[in-house]
Amino acid sequence: MSVDLEKLAEQEYKYGFVTDVDQEVAPVGLNKDVIRMISAKKEEPEWLLEWRLKAYEHWLTMKEPTWPNVDYPAIDYQAISYYAAPKNMPKLESLDDLDPEIKEAYDKLGIPLDEQKMLAGVAVDAVFDSVSVITTFKETLAEAGVIFCSISDAVREHPELVKKYLGFVVPSNDNFYAALNTAVFTDGSFVYIPKGVRCPMELSTYFRINAENTGQFERTLIIAEEGSYVSYLEGCTAPKRDENQLHAAVVELIAHKDATIKYSTIQNWYPGDSEGKGGIYNFVTKRGRCLGNNSHISWTQVETGSAITWKYPSCILEGDNSVGEFYSVALTNRKQQADTGTKMIHKGKNTSSTIISKGISAGFGQNTYRGLVEIGKDASGARNYTQCDSMLIGDKCGAHTFPYIEVKNSTAQMEHEASTSKIGEDQIFYCQQRGLSAEDAVSLIVNGFCKDVFKELPFEFAVEAEKLLSISLEGSVG
Amino acid sequence: MLEIKNLHASVEGQEILKGLNLTINAGEVHSIMGPNGSGKSTLAQVLAGRDSYEITEGEILFEGKDLLELEPEERACEGIFMAFQYPVEIPGVANTYLLREALNSVRKYRGEEPLKHIEFAKYAKQKMEVMQISDNLLKRAVNEGFSGGEKKRNEIFQMQVLEPKLAILDETDSGLDIDALKVVSDGVNALRSPERGFLVITHYQRLLDYIVPDFVHVLVDGKIVKTGGKELALELEDKGYGWVEEEKTAANS
Repeated sequence: MSVDLEKLAEQEYKYGFVTDVDQEVAPVGLNKDVIRMISAKKEEPEWLLEWRLKAYEHWLTMKEPTWPNVDYPAIDYQAISYYAAPKNMPKLESLDDLDPEIKEAYDKLGIPLDEQKMLAGVAVDAVFDSVSVITTFKETLAEAGVIFCSISDAVREHPELVKKYLGFVVPSNDNFYAALNTAVFTDGSFVYIPKGVRCPMELSTYFRINAENTGQFERTLIIAEEGSYVSYLEGCTAPKRDENQLHAAVVELIAHKDATIKYSTIQNWYPGDSEGKGGIYNFVTKRGRCLGNNSHISWTQVETGSAITWKYPSCILEGDNSVGEFYSVALTNRKQQADTGTKMIHKGKNTSSTIISKGISAGFGQNTYRGLVEIGKDASGARNYTQCDSMLIGDKCGAHTFPYIEVKNSTAQMEHEASTSKIGEDQIFYCQQRGLSAEDAVSLIVNGFCKDVFKELPFEFAVEAEKLLSISLEGSVG
Repeated sequence: MLEIKNLHASVEGQEILKGLNLTINAGEVHSIMGPNGSGKSTLAQVLAGRDSYEITEGEILFEGKDLLELEPEERACEGIFMAFQYPVEIPGVANTYLLREALNSVRKYRGEEPLKHIEFAKYAKQKMEVMQISDNLLKRAVNEGFSGGEKKRNEIFQMQVLEPKLAILDETDSGLDIDALKVVSDGVNALRSPERGFLVITHYQRLLDYIVPDFVHVLVDGKIVKTGGKELALELEDKGYGWVEEEKTAANS
C-alpha cells in the first residue's frame, strides 16, 4: 500500500515499432565520397557541395565537446551510416504515391498525412530517416505566399533564399555537431513567410528515425520577413533499438523587423530502456536571430525522450526592442540524461528575454539546466527574467543548474529565480485521499509544475504534451 | 459503519496508538478531544491510509471491509474523507481541476459515468454558495496562497462535493476566526444525515458549540480514556485534560 517513489517499473515506449520498407542506405563511415554521394542524391548545386566539404574538413579538426554534464561511451563516427532513404522514392505528386508502409507508420504515430483527416489548420512535413516524404497543404499555403517544403525541395526551387540564409545563423564551423550536420545533413523543413503575412495555419514537421545504425541529420530553416508571423512545431519519435542512434540537427530562425516566430518542440525520441540500453543521442544546435527591430522569437520545448539530450535553443537579439523567449520542460526518467537550456545574447537596445525552465528528474535521470544571458555593451535598457525550477521524484535522480550571466552594460535589469523541490509525499497523499491513484497524483502535480510552459504551446499540442508527460512518468511511482 | 478494535500504531518505532477502540454508526457525530501528542491526528492519518504509520496490532472495519488492506485512494472511493489540518499547496493545478478529477475517480470506482465539464460546474456551483467559495478561489491553484480560513473552507467544500459516508475533520477549527468557524460548521452541519458518520478531532470545545456531537471521547496517551455526551466537552473545557488523567490514575491505583 505504500507509495514507493524509488521503484521504477518498466514502461512501454509507445512509438517503438519498426516499419518494414525497402531502404537505400549509404555504407557506414564518413568521408568525402559519402558527402558527394549525399549531395548527388539530392541533385544539389556545386556551391552546396563545396560548403559541405568545407564543413567536413573543419569538422575533422574539431573535438567533440566534453563540457556537457552527461556521460556516454565514445561515439564511433565511422560506424554510422549517414544516409538512409526509402527505396524507389519518386517525387510524390500526391499522397496516393506514398509507400503505404510509411503512411501507416505515420498513422500509428497519430499523424495522419491525409489532409482530410488532419487537424484543421495544421500543415505537416513528414521526414522519414533522411528524406522528407510528403508535405501537406502546400497549395493552401502557397495562396498566402508561404513556402513550406522540405529543405531539399527548397534547394532546387528557391536556391536564392537557401543560398542567402543557410548558415546565416549557425555557421558551418559553429560547433562539432553543427559542422557534422553541415557536412552530411539530409533533409528537414524550409519555411518562408513573406512580408506582412500571418501564416494561415500551424506548420509542423514530424521526424521519424526508422533505419538501423543510421544517424539523422536534419536541417530546418525558417525565415520570417518584415511584419510576418509563423508558429511552427516539430515532433520526433524513433523505434526501440538496443544500439544508440545519433541525431544531430541544426535549426536556424531568422526574424526580420516586426516579425514573430514561435517554434515549439515535442521531443519524444526513444529514451532507452530502464537499464539505459539504447536510445537516441540528441545533439542539436538551435538558434534564432532577431535581426530587425521589434522582432520576436519564442522557443518552447517539451523534452521527454532521448537517452542523452544536448541542446540550447538560443536567441541573438540584434534589433532594438527585440524579444527572445525560452520555455522548457525537460523530463529525465530511468537513465536518461539531459543538459539543456538556452543562450540569450542581447545586442540591440531595450531588448528583453524571458527564460522559464522546468526540469523534472525521476528514476536515475540526470537533468541539467545550462543557460547564458549576455548583455552586450551597446544593449542599453536590456532586461532578462530567468526562472529555473527543478523537481525531483525519488532520491536516485539529480538536478543541476549552471546559469551564466555576463553583463557589459550597467543599465541592464536582470532577474533570476531558481528553486528545487522534491515532489511531496504530502501532495501525493492529499490527492490520493481525494480519490486519485498515486500515479495520477504524480502526473497531476508534475503537469501543474509545468503549466507555465504548456500554456505557451498551441492548444492541441498542449494537450498532447500533458499526455506525453504522464506516459513518460509512468512507472516513476510503484 | 466504522469499527476500530484494539488499534496499535507506531511511527519510527515509537508507539502512538496503544489499543484504541471506537465504533461509529451511520448518522452519528463523534468528537475526539485530547491533549497535544495524545494521538488524535495519528488516528485520522491511519484511517486515511498514510503509510508512514505502522499498524502493529488491531483491526479497522469500514462497512465490514478490512480498511487496512485498502490503498488511500480506495478508502477515499469507499467514502472516507479527511479534512486536513494542514492542506498542502499544489502549484499550477487548478482547485476545480483536482476536484473534478477526484470526483470522477470516485464515480468511476462506483461504476458511474464521469461528469462532464459543464455538469461538474453546475454541481459545484450549489456547493460553492454554501461554503462561500468564489469562482476565483476555484480557479486558483490548490491551496496556493490561500489564507488559513480559505484553506479550511476549501476542505469542507471538497467534502461537500465528494459527499463521503464518513468524514474525518482533523482540527478543522485551528486557525479560524469566529466568522470562518461559523461558515465551516454550517457546511459540516448541512451534510449531517442519517447515512453519514463524522469524526471530529479538535483541541477546543469551541467547535462543538457549532457542530454538536453525539459522543465525546477523550484520547490520552493513545487510548480513549473517557466517553460521554456533548456535556463532557464543557467539563473538559472547565477542568482541563489533567482532570481526566488524574481520574484515570486514581482509578488505576
